Amino acid sequence: MKPQINFQTLKPVAVAAPTVSTQLELAGILGAIKVRWGIGRDNYRVEPGLYKVGKPTADSDVMVSANYKLSFDHLRKNLQGINAWILVIDTKGVNVWCAAGKGTFSTCTVVKSIKENSLDLMVNHRKIIVPQLAATGVAAHKVKEQSGFKVIFGPVRAKDIPAFIEAGYKTTPEMRKMVFPIQERAKLVPVDFMYRKFQLLLALVTVFVLSGLDKTGFLFQKMVETSLFPLTNIVGAYLAGIVLAPIFLPWIPFRTFSMKGAFWGAVVSVGLNLLFEVPLLEGFSLGLINLSIASFMMMNFTGSSTFTSLSGVQKEMKVAIPFQIAFASIGLVLFIISKLILP
Amino acid sequence: MKTMQYLKNVATLKLNTELCNGCKMCVNVCPHAVFEIVDKKARIRDLDDCMECGACALNCQYGAITVKSGVGCAAGILNGMLNGTEACC
Repeated sequence: MKPQINFQTLKPVAVAAPTVSTQLELAGILGAIKVRWGIGRDNYRVEPGLYKVGKPTADSDVMVSANYKLSFDHLRKNLQGINAWILVIDTKGVNVWCAAGKGTFSTCTVVKSIKENSLDLMVNHRKIIVPQLAATGVAAHKVKEQSGFKVIFGPVRAKDIPAFIEAGYKTTPEMRKMVFPIQERAKLVPVDFMYRKFQLLLALVTVFVLSGLDKTGFLFQKMVETSLFPLTNIVGAYLAGIVLAPIFLPWIPFRTFSMKGAFWGAVVSVGLNLLFEVPLLEGFSLGLINLSIASFMMMNFTGSSTFTSLSGVQKEMKVAIPFQIAFASIGLVLFIISKLILP
Repeated sequence: MKTMQYLKNVATLKLNTELCNGCKMCVNVCPHAVFEIVDKKARIRDLDDCMECGACALNCQYGAITVKSGVGCAAGILNGMLNGTEACC
């Protein structure tokens, strides 16, 4: 039997390691919905430390997780019927993959956490199960060198953990593969919607006010009467870039995200021009702005996607950004001109 | 199942088979199944599947893999350019 005292905190083990349920509470489910809308997203944290699931003994497995509450909840709800320890690393409230990329889920923080929580006193064995996506920041051989604990990389998705344990702590090729199905892409829509909300508002206010321009000066009534079309265009282009393009991601043949976005920006523009009867120049000018907005928003989706590389995004941006700036500027100028020359 | 691919011929991933001892660590950590083991040596199946996350290079204790790793995130790269730092989300 191992000592029942954690020597660093001098607290009895039972107190030092709180037990958590594998059932999510209502607050957790509501919290997940809120956080996907970006509400309180920067402060959705779990206290780092050692937790118990079920009734773990000194021989039970240790699962390592990030201290982002969605990551932690995802792990624990997939541990039903399993007795295990969860070691929560302080990743500053960031999820596993992003934290590994940023350096907060790293060899150093894992080793630090093993030591701070006196893991060597809590368990008899010397192995920890780390999510595979943390491998971007965690070097297994270095953790072993520095802490004596062997890192076993578990599956990408927590739901595969029972099968992974069953298979003798081995992942199958399917468990290791990061996929990006439509339901995962759809889940990202709310957060992307909130992402540029201030810029969206600014663009809406700009076209709203500009709608009132006239060769005689500024007409309040013209602004109110003719602003619906430009406002619809801006919102449509924004949604094209964050909803249509991500949802239809694999089915639009362009490889660059900016082109996928521009494609949907064009579709929305054509659709709105068929729907509304507006002067050609105004329709065209807003079309250019739409291409720019949809393209830019979709280009940002590279950050949410699971398969874009740094070199690739850099290459894409070098070409896309000048076009986006040019289209938006020319579109804006033409829009103003259309207002000044047409009644 | 094939995963989605991004741009062609941009990934900076390089494998030096001379240093490889076939430990399979790269196969185990890669989220896009870029590697396979053939005749006890790692091999790159399709370079265009690589997203440069850097997990393989970090976990190759023989130093057989190099990649200019980083996060393929436009917002992060923009932040980096505007603040004059590395790409950071």
